Amino acid sequence: MSDVLDRPDIGHNSDDDLKVVGTRPIRPDGADKVTGRAAFGADFNMAGQLVGKVLRSPHAHARIVSIDTKKARALPGVKAIITGADFPNLADEFHEGGEAASNLRDLAMNVIARDKALYDGHAVAAVAATSSAVADEALALITVTYEVLPHVQEVEAAMAPDAPLLHARMFTEGLEARPDKPSNIAKRNRLARGDLDAGFAAADVIVEGRYTTQAVHQGYIEPHACVASWAADGQCYVWSSSQGQFMVRTYCAKVLGLEISNIRVTPAEIGGGFGGKTTVYLEPLALALSRQSGHPVKMVMTRDEVFRATGPTSGSVMIVRLGAKSDGTIIAADVELKYQAGAFPGSPVGAGSMTALACYDIPNFRITGWDVVTNTPKVAAYRAPGAPISAFAVESAVDDLALKLGLDPIAIREKNAVRDGMKASYGPTYQNIGYVETLAAAKASAHYQIPLGPNQGRGVAVGFWFNIGGESTAAVHINEDGTAVVVTGNPDIGGSRASMAIMAAEALGVAVEKVRPIVADTASIGFSMLTGGSRTTFATGMAVVQAAEKVVAELKRRAALTWDVSADLVAWQEGAAHCLDPAKADKPPMSLEALAGQSARTGGPISAQVSLNAQGAGPGFAAHICDVEIDPETGGVTVLRYTAAQDVGKAIHPAYVEGQVQGGVAQGVGWALNEEYIFDREGKMENAGFLDYRVPVASDLPMIDAILVEVPNPRHPYGAKGVGEVPIVPPLAAVANAVRAATGVRMCDLPLSPPKIRAVLDAKEG
Amino acid sequence: MAHVVAPSDCRQFTGGLAEFDVEADTVRRLITALEARFPGLGDYIDRRMAIAIDGEIHQDAWSSPIGADSEVYLIPKIGGG
Repeated sequence: MSDVLDRPDIGHNSDDDLKVVGTRPIRPDGADKVTGRAAFGADFNMAGQLVGKVLRSPHAHARIVSIDTKKARALPGVKAIITGADFPNLADEFHEGGEAASNLRDLAMNVIARDKALYDGHAVAAVAATSSAVADEALALITVTYEVLPHVQEVEAAMAPDAPLLHARMFTEGLEARPDKPSNIAKRNRLARGDLDAGFAAADVIVEGRYTTQAVHQGYIEPHACVASWAADGQCYVWSSSQGQFMVRTYCAKVLGLEISNIRVTPAEIGGGFGGKTTVYLEPLALALSRQSGHPVKMVMTRDEVFRATGPTSGSVMIVRLGAKSDGTIIAADVELKYQAGAFPGSPVGAGSMTALACYDIPNFRITGWDVVTNTPKVAAYRAPGAPISAFAVESAVDDLALKLGLDPIAIREKNAVRDGMKASYGPTYQNIGYVETLAAAKASAHYQIPLGPNQGRGVAVGFWFNIGGESTAAVHINEDGTAVVVTGNPDIGGSRASMAIMAAEALGVAVEKVRPIVADTASIGFSMLTGGSRTTFATGMAVVQAAEKVVAELKRRAALTWDVSADLVAWQEGAAHCLDPAKADKPPMSLEALAGQSARTGGPISAQVSLNAQGAGPGFAAHICDVEIDPETGGVTVLRYTAAQDVGKAIHPAYVEGQVQGGVAQGVGWALNEEYIFDREGKMENAGFLDYRVPVASDLPMIDAILVEVPNPRHPYGAKGVGEVPIVPPLAAVANAVRAATGVRMCDLPLSPPKIRAVLDAKEG
Repeated sequence: MAHVVAPSDCRQFTGGLAEFDVEADTVRRLITALEARFPGLGDYIDRRMAIAIDGEIHQDAWSSPIGADSEVYLIPKIGGG
């Protein structure tokens, strides 16, 4: 495994040389998915399996005094009952398992509560029974004695000195001095540059706003599901839907105190993740139930459980103050971000802080982020975690600045745009970024010229995301007939099988239909970090290309053996070996099929595997334009047009890149207009279902036009950058700015649902 | 000497120092040097931080080279959705 990868010299980096990269073949898993043959998490079954179900806390905050399972255990058909007492107490330590390190103690206590239930829906016990009905009956027979505690869910309320305390051992990190008493504030982070006071003093114009967003869920269609089997010899098997089978293996091993070699995890197809399936909820419970019962155990969440017990992203309160010269040059920015973490520390406020001003070159700024625990489900990652939230506040304020100065909203962003060689607000110097190109593409779009009608408004917003690389393994096997199999360890969430096949086909010089991509279980391919952070096409793709290159080198060696020439006198072009020895110019090219057919005589099977830790993922930028129309009677908002320009590096499969952009926008529109967690006075979620938690459906959205701006990443063999995160960053503000333009009133509290719009219009009408 | 810039959460180990020069030609040697100079910082970086070298973010990459005049920013590790 190598840590640092230079750009491989594969000799076909220009667009003119590419035969397969940049084309739009049908996805290899497409037929399975449209015909229903694809096996998702809940589709897997084993002989003798039991049904596992979870008893969840009905209280937002309560001490668990006792759990009496005697009656439930006596119920015929009940084979196992577990509580937190069945799991080891883990140390307060961070461990790499998903994309970033997680606190194992918190992770384990989120899987199943120990002394306290910290949110409505927190798992308290679980049963395995011979049927769903028996499992339900058993849950009803478990008696949990709670001491109900005061709860706190709003982020600023949780920060108050007298707020109910979730964790008595938690002292705020990141302050100048360690506080002398615990609080719900897990951490403060701060980024700063220049002289903030001098910046504001020199400003001709200052705008300021207080913005709020609500917790929203990733809204993946497929609920969490798994089957787990703990065999008599201690070997464990898990089949589950997740963003990373290796992540599931690692976390199950840690939560249960197992050796990793004793767990094999097979990834099911995944019906959406968006970051929400980068941790475990059911898998350790199912394994513990299987251990106790001696049977495989299947667990499938209901939608109610998905909302109540899995991680949404943070709700927030934000304050933004911007100062600018009269020509629109922004010279000062003060941003304060307060993010809900849910029941355990770890909101995405760090990334929210780092991305908040990442599109702007501002000489004086201060960004302060607060990570605050609340009696709500522990947040999980959600596309570009933290960035859409802070972008909503900053981009709204920039829009206000443009309005105040009478400037075009794209022009003010161009004037203050970061470019290569400038320092990012989070520190490093940018290189190979395509931000101003996305602004130019948005400005030149037909959309931006379309006149607007009554009650209509246009909004512009921009966004940034880092993108990451990381550890990946890929293998390329050549079959006896010259076709190829590409094996990776990354679940295919957004069409990555197609991307892997395209890149392998390009490197091998064969048609993409000759390459079959496979996602393997944890025992069949080397370690790969999970599919997330827009890393798979970049990092795993790099491993695929390098493995294919090793295969090509081996094919050339075997052709040289056949022709009895030196290997450096063999060229590989268009899927065939060509003899370059002038003395043997009559040798016809040898195809991949021919070389594969004689592989036994030239050294045996032809295959290669590459493991790497990819660095150099290029950051992504986007510029969005949104047109809305307000219904003055109902306050409803219709999105009329939406255009998203994004720097994608090089689009390996343009249709799936466009799909990523469109999907991110759709989710962002839902976040802006309708989606929110609503809690009652007792802290229980009131809208834990898709009837009451309103995500946009196809009829709510126009065709979203994606403009792919290609500024190649020199660190990837074909120039790819991550594309799945940044599309969700601008939409919250783009929609809000469009609503501002349509109504003439700045609305700072998401979602911009019809009652809020109607109230604004009522106030305006007097 | 590489010029290192540390964010606020690393300054608990540096006595509040935000910028300093370090002799190191790889990430591993940088971490070792920082741990020797500011006990606890090397371990903290290993667990929590990514390292941006001349603008490019490196995560868990001990062998990544650092140039004699490189700009090194310590930033929190990046994940995603």
